[in-house]
Amino acid sequence: MAKRSIVPFGPQHPVLPEPVHLDLVLEDETVVGAIPSIGYVHRGLEKLVEKRDFKQYPYVAERICGICSCGHGLGYCMAVEEIMNIQVPERADYLRTIWVEMSRIHSHLLWLGLLADAMGFESLFMESWRLREKILDMFDETTGGRIIHSVNQVGGVQRDMDSAMLNDILRAIKDIESQLKPVINTFLQDYTVQSRLKGAGVLSREDAIALGAVGPMLRASGEPYDVRMLGYGAYKDLSVEPIISTDCDSYARCEVRLKELLQSFDLIREAIGKIPEGSINVSVKGNPAGEYFVRIEQPRGEAIYYVKANGTKYLDRFRLRTPTTSNIPPMVEMLKGCQLADVPILILTIDPCVSCTER
Amino acid sequence: MNKVSKSPWLLHYDASSCNGCDIEVLDCLTPKYDIERFGIINTGDPFQADILLITGGVNSQTESVVKQLYSQMPEPKVVVAVGICACTGGIFKECYNIKGGIDTVIPVDVYVPGCAARPESIIDGVVKALKVLDEKQAAMKKDGR
Repeated sequence: MAKRSIVPFGPQHPVLPEPVHLDLVLEDETVVGAIPSIGYVHRGLEKLVEKRDFKQYPYVAERICGICSCGHGLGYCMAVEEIMNIQVPERADYLRTIWVEMSRIHSHLLWLGLLADAMGFESLFMESWRLREKILDMFDETTGGRIIHSVNQVGGVQRDMDSAMLNDILRAIKDIESQLKPVINTFLQDYTVQSRLKGAGVLSREDAIALGAVGPMLRASGEPYDVRMLGYGAYKDLSVEPIISTDCDSYARCEVRLKELLQSFDLIREAIGKIPEGSINVSVKGNPAGEYFVRIEQPRGEAIYYVKANGTKYLDRFRLRTPTTSNIPPMVEMLKGCQLADVPILILTIDPCVSCTER
Repeated sequence: MNKVSKSPWLLHYDASSCNGCDIEVLDCLTPKYDIERFGIINTGDPFQADILLITGGVNSQTESVVKQLYSQMPEPKVVVAVGICACTGGIFKECYNIKGGIDTVIPVDVYVPGCAARPESIIDGVVKALKVLDEKQAAMKKDGR
């Protein structure tokens, strides 16, 4: 048996924009174990729920994470609305869905870029992020913010989109879709990409389910599970089919996310085609009392929001279980047996979002 | 400032940000904003960095990392606090695990406000940092260091 050594990975690491630390146990170049340690981005913002009233808190919830910020605001608002029995107007549901799907496009393009960067494929990174700018421009136009949108509120949304904006979105996604084709081709066909991704980090379907993987990670292991199928928001009227792959490796995870991009384009088109006229929010009277769980599908997978209210304007508890939290145990399992040089890519394939995880 | 006297290298560290500012920092490097046209590139190595970009407020666990990264950078060095959390603690100021802005731990030269800071303002901050870098360089020469 070779001598064991421990190599620290992070918290400041060129591949990861966020701080996460792993102790990698190595035998020669092979990883035999990984011990994650987290807490570098812990702010304690769940506790802030006691200091901000429930109508102000979406503002904090959106800052749980800058990448899936729209979804976090939505999850929190949905939970409070359920407790208070508020029926959100149809148009607000559709607007929320359009924005959430746009965040999915922005998040997946961002991930594709980071993956390419981790492989040292610099031009592919630049190309993915160049396409992502078009979605950010659309966010800028429709919400006023590029990253943090602050559009969700308890009872609906804060801003409406007129038909010119909706047309601009349609034009932008058409533009991205046509320019994305060569990018998709490169990710799926290129020899360099295949040599880094194929067969790397295999996670079998049984392991994925047993270890609690969610989102694209689970779907790439062949399990058709997508929380959007529950039909919250406008998804009840839209055709959502989970996208799966049965290869179970890093290449499969890349493929699933690429196909989800195309699915999001279709969902946005469908939602814009069906969006009803009407008001965008209802006035909220009184204070919530009770508790509720909400599940939504974030770009990284299933996120669970728990809200407990006590009848005053300050909530008792807000709790969030993020997709990355669920994906860390499968990641640790996946790292066992891989080569040291593959570690950054394998960590990236779960699409880690550390600031969600640690809050 | 009329000309850029140096091609500075950036080091980026996320002290406890929500990612918003981090992805905007990375955005600056990509085709739309492309700060590489000023000769600026992102490095992962503190020993080769001139400008330290920090996002997010400091918490008890990142405090030592921030201090260590700062001490590993060669003189002259400039620290840019990106985003309102890095400047003052921002929206998370009242959170139990946030000590406040970056300036509670290391000296900060340029403050870039915004939540999330827009790439335009980050570039503006970096260009201001270049000026500070020049001044620090001149002061070092004067001292004969």
